[in-house]
Amino acid sequence: MLGKLMVIFVGSVLINNFVLTRFLGICPFLGVSQQIETAVGMGLAVIFVMTLASVFTWGIQYLILLPLGLRYLRTVAFILVIAALVQLVEMVIQKVSPALYRALGVYLPLITTNCAVLGVAILNIDEGYSLVESAVNGFAGGAGFALAIVLFSGIREKMAAAPIPESLKGYPIALITAGLMSIAFMGFSGFDLNRLFGL
Amino acid sequence: MSVGKDLTRGILAENPTFRLLLGMCPTLAISTSVMNGIGMGLAATFVLIGSNLIISLVRSFIPDKIRIPCYITIIAMFVTVVDLVMAGFTPALHETLGIFIPLIVVNCIILQRAESFASKKPVINSIADGLGMGLGFTLALTVLSLIRETLGTGAVLAAPDFNFAGLRIIPEEFKALIVVMAPGGFITLGLVLGFINWLTRRVGVQDL
Repeated sequence: MLGKLMVIFVGSVLINNFVLTRFLGICPFLGVSQQIETAVGMGLAVIFVMTLASVFTWGIQYLILLPLGLRYLRTVAFILVIAALVQLVEMVIQKVSPALYRALGVYLPLITTNCAVLGVAILNIDEGYSLVESAVNGFAGGAGFALAIVLFSGIREKMAAAPIPESLKGYPIALITAGLMSIAFMGFSGFDLNRLFGL
Repeated sequence: MSVGKDLTRGILAENPTFRLLLGMCPTLAISTSVMNGIGMGLAATFVLIGSNLIISLVRSFIPDKIRIPCYITIIAMFVTVVDLVMAGFTPALHETLGIFIPLIVVNCIILQRAESFASKKPVINSIADGLGMGLGFTLALTVLSLIRETLGTGAVLAAPDFNFAGLRIIPEEFKALIVVMAPGGFITLGLVLGFINWLTRRVGVQDL
């Protein structure tokens, strides 16, 4: 049980990294990675929302949509749940912890259209994960996103002072950098996780 | 503004991928073969036209505060239609595009057009805008996937749904597999954007 969860966790953080291998959540990855500080905030907010969204959409799928034979409503139901969830999380954090709200507040509304959130919800269902496995996969996906965006923002901070050809400034060089990071992450794909965790 | 201008603007001057940098996730993920690129482009075009049409029709009834959830629901409806139609008629393409078909819902091009165009403009203009933006997206995907498929697999236009293996351009032994893998997507798009910037500065086509 624990072994399988570890396989899912390491798999989603490193091997099938949501940003660098699966291409989910590219917009915030490119848009909010100018500074390490904001990247950390965005990363934490995404971990939080992806974990919650995984749990809630699992419930929607197996307790409502499947018993009622409404599988085709999955996309509509999931995106509405995620939009509502993000709003709710924003309101709760604002009431409970103003400090956390100040840190995460501006990023939360952006997360509704972060495709990593809807992506993890759909992947959980496609892979047939249980509730606990879904939650772990959601957390790991968010952690992978946070890892990628924090590393990337560190590189971009350094790059601000580098002599870059005029035409490549801004997004082009950012994308090429992300490509090089992606090559580095491909190095993890050789891991035999099942053996590593004794399955 | 004329309908013709609304139609052509999305194709070059405000190309959603190359100029506005919207909808990056599907662009990077599915531009591995021309067939995938065109399939995804047309699917998104259909959703864009449909959602722009409906949102423009109901724009005066939607309360301002809950407009985003309303837009997303309308968009999700069209995405479900596309998902089911593709699963029925082009199963191999549906399989390859996989998760990125339901993810058209959160494609920022569509929500951005809903918010900044269809919610303010008449129906005809909104349809033209949806069609233009959709074609621009399809064009961008085709260009990218043409480069990536040629370099990465050595053959272009492979189409499993029509039992076509593709035209071989580069011998099998010389293909650069990395171009169709994840890093190739980032690097190809980066270089293409850089080339467009260079061309724009060089030729000075500010008002393309």
